[in-house]
Amino acid sequence: MKQNIINGKNFVTLASSELIEKLTDLKADGYRLGQICATKVSEGFEIIYSMDKDHSLLNLKLTIPEEEEIMSVTGVYWAAFIYENEMQDLFGVKIKHMALNYGGHFFKVSEPTPWNPKK
Amino acid sequence: MGKRTIIPFGPQHPVLPEPIHLDLVIEDETVVEAIPSIGFIHRGLEKLVEKKEYAEMVYVIERVCGICSFGHGWGYCAAVEGAMDIQVPRRAEYLRTIWHELSRIHSHLLWLGLLADGFGFESLFMHTWKIRETILDILEKTTGGRVIFSVCKVGGVRKDVDAETLKEIDEILAKIRAEIEELKEVFLEDDSIKNRLCGVGYLSKEDAIELCAVGPMARASGLRLDMRLNGDGAYGELDFEPVVTDEGDCYGRTKVRIFEVLQSIDLIHQAIAQIPEGELSVPVSGPATGEFMARIEQPRGEAYYYAKGNGTKFLERMRVRTPTNMNIPALVKTLQGCDLADVPMLVLTIDPCISCTER
Repeated sequence: MKQNIINGKNFVTLASSELIEKLTDLKADGYRLGQICATKVSEGFEIIYSMDKDHSLLNLKLTIPEEEEIMSVTGVYWAAFIYENEMQDLFGVKIKHMALNYGGHFFKVSEPTPWNPKK
Repeated sequence: MGKRTIIPFGPQHPVLPEPIHLDLVIEDETVVEAIPSIGFIHRGLEKLVEKKEYAEMVYVIERVCGICSFGHGWGYCAAVEGAMDIQVPRRAEYLRTIWHELSRIHSHLLWLGLLADGFGFESLFMHTWKIRETILDILEKTTGGRVIFSVCKVGGVRKDVDAETLKEIDEILAKIRAEIEELKEVFLEDDSIKNRLCGVGYLSKEDAIELCAVGPMARASGLRLDMRLNGDGAYGELDFEPVVTDEGDCYGRTKVRIFEVLQSIDLIHQAIAQIPEGELSVPVSGPATGEFMARIEQPRGEAYYYAKGNGTKFLERMRVRTPTNMNIPALVKTLQGCDLADVPMLVLTIDPCISCTER
């Protein structure tokens, strides 16, 4: 079976309290950050952190209530500011201690959090 | 510390065909900080997946970008096929590989032309794009489109390429190879070009890892990072080793891309020699279920495609993470300390595709 087919289904559930410790361990183990994305689900947000080491992919998935504020991972992977600002701008995901916080203006959106509009 | 001035770079600039904005904080003529902002033309295409059936969505995803369009279609199909456990026929995998490598050639030639234009070498720009036209002609002949092909579908491909046409493509590419070899000599040996590229925008291997750089940007800094190594499509059956160099500067990134053009010609040659007979696609029906994170190597680097089904004909989530997106942090870091005059060259050498980034 191709490596991508094995990796593409490699989703591991994680609690938000474990996130920073887990990513710190993965970075020490040689993993790089591939991408972060949010999905709006009935429970709130589902956030996936895709980590890669030697072309082997690990997707960490955490589900949080919409009002929960999660820790920024920019202290571990500075490059994550791209994704964290995107999630903040488009979905309104609350993230604290971002190394580079555009305050909702990284994307030039015409209305706040267009992919999760406030009622 | 001298007086600091902020110079806006973009969203409109001669080296930028698409809008990205950088606030360049400069001290004398040296950039000390670069603050990027994007989203001027963000289209929200990912969100459209809630209104387009998953089989139709491929037409939208192909329009994420006008250069690496085929790769986006393939990446999306791979994600849906992975989520729904669909096995694509071998001939379709080979055809996808051939079209993807042709796309890589035309993308790299387009970039090399833009680079030549950027440093004022007009005749080199025109010569490079003249060769690229031949590739576009091949794409037009085999798919009907020069930029958007619409040949990829969930479950396989829509069109076949007959043996005679494949032989003809092989012969055309053999002729082009000689022309690319000549181009290579100019791009890599000409003194005036080397003066503009060597030592500019250095990114160390450690920084490339730290900043999660991808594609030619990472490979020019010594990282052996290429999603084709995963063996998708026909890559697992082709003799292939990524082009890696350790210069880490604009010259290194140019070198990687020009050698990758030659490598793509080799890969197509191998694929044409080995392509099996067989079906072009398998029937796909029913609601989308499951989830899958697919990755492919676009001309600009690793791209992610996430598909999540919810048991209906619409996907719950579709995510496209494009390579330019991931190279922005590396760009910001390499801009620090460079001369203001080198900023356009440096921005060009990440091969920014803002259309991809503004998916």
